[in-house]
Amino acid sequence: MSHFFDVFMESYPIFLEGLKITLYLSAASLVMAFVIGLFFAILKISSIKPLQWIADAYIWLIRGTPLIVQIFVLYYGITEIILIDAFWAGAIGLAIHSGAYIAEIIRGSIQSIAKGQMEAGRSLGMTKLQTMRRIILPQAFRRAIPSLGNQFIIGIKDSSLVSFIGAQELFGVSSSLGSNSFDFLTFYSIAAIYYLVIVLVLSVVVNRIEKRLAKSD
Amino acid sequence: MAKKLMVQVERLNKSFGDLHVLRNINLQVEESDVVVLIGASGSGKSTLLRCLNFLEIKDDGKIFLEGEQVEKDTHNLNEIRQRVGMVFQHFNLFPHKTVLENVIEAPILVKNTPKKQAIEEGKVLLDKVGLSDKYHVYPSTLSGGQKQRVAIARSLAMNPEVMLFDEPTSALDPELVGEVLNTMKELAEEGMTMVVVTHEMGFAREVGDRVVYMHDGKIVEYGKPEEIFDGPKEQRTKEFLSSIL
Repeated sequence: MSHFFDVFMESYPIFLEGLKITLYLSAASLVMAFVIGLFFAILKISSIKPLQWIADAYIWLIRGTPLIVQIFVLYYGITEIILIDAFWAGAIGLAIHSGAYIAEIIRGSIQSIAKGQMEAGRSLGMTKLQTMRRIILPQAFRRAIPSLGNQFIIGIKDSSLVSFIGAQELFGVSSSLGSNSFDFLTFYSIAAIYYLVIVLVLSVVVNRIEKRLAKSD
Repeated sequence: MAKKLMVQVERLNKSFGDLHVLRNINLQVEESDVVVLIGASGSGKSTLLRCLNFLEIKDDGKIFLEGEQVEKDTHNLNEIRQRVGMVFQHFNLFPHKTVLENVIEAPILVKNTPKKQAIEEGKVLLDKVGLSDKYHVYPSTLSGGQKQRVAIARSLAMNPEVMLFDEPTSALDPELVGEVLNTMKELAEEGMTMVVVTHEMGFAREVGDRVVYMHDGKIVEYGKPEEIFDGPKEQRTKEFLSSIL
């Protein structure tokens, strides 16, 4: 145990570098994923069939293939055309992946808002878009927060897969340190602790937001 | 002097799939009149009301607003809806907004009313419906009667020429019906043109200028409240009235 603690203390400057990359990677991918998810959610609820098909095809493709395959295909695919580093290839890959799940979450919560809300907005002379933006989406996002928080947690953990195309984030760092010392168990355990702490902090934040927004319901 | 015709409906038809909900409806609503639509559920009252607000689009027939024929193809229905207020059975307040925010949302967003002015006008309306102590609470804390009065204020904030009420008291506990009907009565006394779908026959008789009895998507009988309630001509009207009174 004291060995573990010593290694933890010795390695933390390197792990903090990895942690930083994990956080940047997660943040960049989740912001993009949210935009992608919102976009495809709106395609799915639009009344134009071809737009729905596009969204369906995207969700089917992403849900039907493993994330690691998506990351590899994207990385080697993109680098055929332009040179892009592992960080951004990974961030885009994660975003496209999470985006499919977020699209479904947002679509579900939009459709769970009572039909009367749209009618009330329209009856006051608001356009469909205005009602969507001011009335439906704010309520839908509130309802989606627990599921979105969950998806964000999955996204953070999934970012570890980007190490396979060379990103030196938390998992990448622990792999490197492990191979140098053959002390894999210790370094992977340390990585696990960092992930647990990130997820714990995010859970607390999501809980707080949920509680604060609950007051109006 | 003949009063101005606010709403005019000619040979209106509407179907949902195979279901022919409105059949050749003709209706005229004069300025400041209160027209009450009565009839069993499924008779088409609500659909007629929703057609007047273009929440449902008619299949054929004509709808005139202040003498002007309104068509989906030639008019911006969003602008038309600003002129025709609607109060719903289930209130449909915006739960994520406070009472005052509910009232000022559409004037600011749709009419570009300056926020300060919208707030002032909104407070006046809320005072009028007896909710001056509720500006900053969320709808979830209100009783059904209070919610419906907020909904009425929200609708009035757009300065509509006509107000439509779709069973405004049907979702309320019996003891809360009165406060909403009183608010509507005051509105009628101020000269608001109103079309009201309701099962409150007392209100129809007292406040209504005209009563329309609908059955199976048709207008069966039309007249002054005393004509309809005291001496209905049609057998169907008699049967309906005896079933509910």
